[in-house]
Amino acid sequence: MATIPNSLVLKISGAKIVLPINYHSGNSVKTKLLPNPKTPIASTRKTSPIYRPANTTRPLQQIKSSHMAAQIVDSADNRISRISSSIRVIPDFPKPGIMFQDITTLLLDPNAFKDTIDLFVERYKDKNINVVAGIEARGFIFGPPIALAIGAKFVPMRKPKKLPGEVISEEYSLEYGTDTMEMHVGAVQAGERALVVDDLIATGGTLSAAIRLLERVGVVVVECACVIELPELKGRNRLGDKPLFVLVS
Amino acid sequence: MSSCKEDDPRIDGIQSRIRVVPNFPKPGIMFQDITTVLLDPKAFKDTIDLFVERYKSKNITVVAGIEARGFIFGPPIALAIGAKFVPLRKPKKLPGKVIREEYDLEYGSDCLEMHVGAVESEERALVVDDLIATGGTLCAAMNLLERAGAEVVECACVIEIPDLKGRDRLNGKPLFVLVESR
Repeated sequence: MATIPNSLVLKISGAKIVLPINYHSGNSVKTKLLPNPKTPIASTRKTSPIYRPANTTRPLQQIKSSHMAAQIVDSADNRISRISSSIRVIPDFPKPGIMFQDITTLLLDPNAFKDTIDLFVERYKDKNINVVAGIEARGFIFGPPIALAIGAKFVPMRKPKKLPGEVISEEYSLEYGTDTMEMHVGAVQAGERALVVDDLIATGGTLSAAIRLLERVGVVVVECACVIELPELKGRNRLGDKPLFVLVS
Repeated sequence: MSSCKEDDPRIDGIQSRIRVVPNFPKPGIMFQDITTVLLDPKAFKDTIDLFVERYKSKNITVVAGIEARGFIFGPPIALAIGAKFVPLRKPKKLPGKVIREEYDLEYGSDCLEMHVGAVESEERALVVDDLIATGGTLCAAMNLLERAGAEVVECACVIEIPDLKGRDRLNGKPLFVLVESR
């Protein structure tokens, strides 16, 4: 890694920016070129068997004296780098051969968790989203904070028999067999604009079932949003014409 | 220290959004459905605000949410007060090393699991779920946190069913709820 004592060189969206550093005294921030946020997780990151302690007292903006430098620290690239490094990979879960992407370690870092939500909120707050649909159970962790921040309602999409009252169901394929997803009748109205949220997209089966449920009642699915994508499983292709937005791929 | 929030004007709006579904999941049970609260952005925001106002100055470092409806209310509270969020889950859902706590059901038993290392000794924890009935799940959650060395400061639920006396199963820990369902 290059050490850059007097200036900060960053690549942001292809532009190269050189800035003097004015750091708040007492903080030492490592300067380095930021990693490509699209780097595949499994091939470049070490498995972290222990949890990093959450640094709850560290302010999100460490640089107070330089406004432009503060913007750089809070850039999307910087936040994605922290988010990506907070995700833990567990080999052979739930069965041999699968490298499980564990977001619970992200939730243990309040700054990384906040950054995750902020990145989604920044993208969707001006898109007139009325509904955030979250897929049980990890979609329940990311969906509600987004919904609250953008003023949308939150609709849980659940496994069978969990939702009380009248539901509509959609079946979807698993590797072996099928599963069913349910949504409450009356939760959404025709013409509403929806965002579908889950922690991760793998084959895209669950997300495409959620899209079908919403479209069956006349909702416009604007986009699907996940923290993580496993691109080799080509889930993106199962979403029809619906765009997918992810933070880490 | 146990309390119920009765006098705040936001409570009426929240309570009126809760839907009661009879005979779910089985005959005789009047199910308190919070999904209708989530469909009203103002009511949902008020719910979170009421909890955040109570806990933001209490140095809570951990919010533990019980699968699955605790996952809806816990994270927004955690984010607002700068605490970490720890999911407490049914068996075999959490990858990696876990500790587990068994608890009784009406017929049989169930288990709750928490990741090893998620919580450190002497952390101050809040346990969140949508509703307290018999208190069995909340009690198991508290035990998990205390086994990891954390101090459970309080349990917080949107709804309490007082007739089921769940409050008494919390080993003296305080319980804070927004709405009582009688």
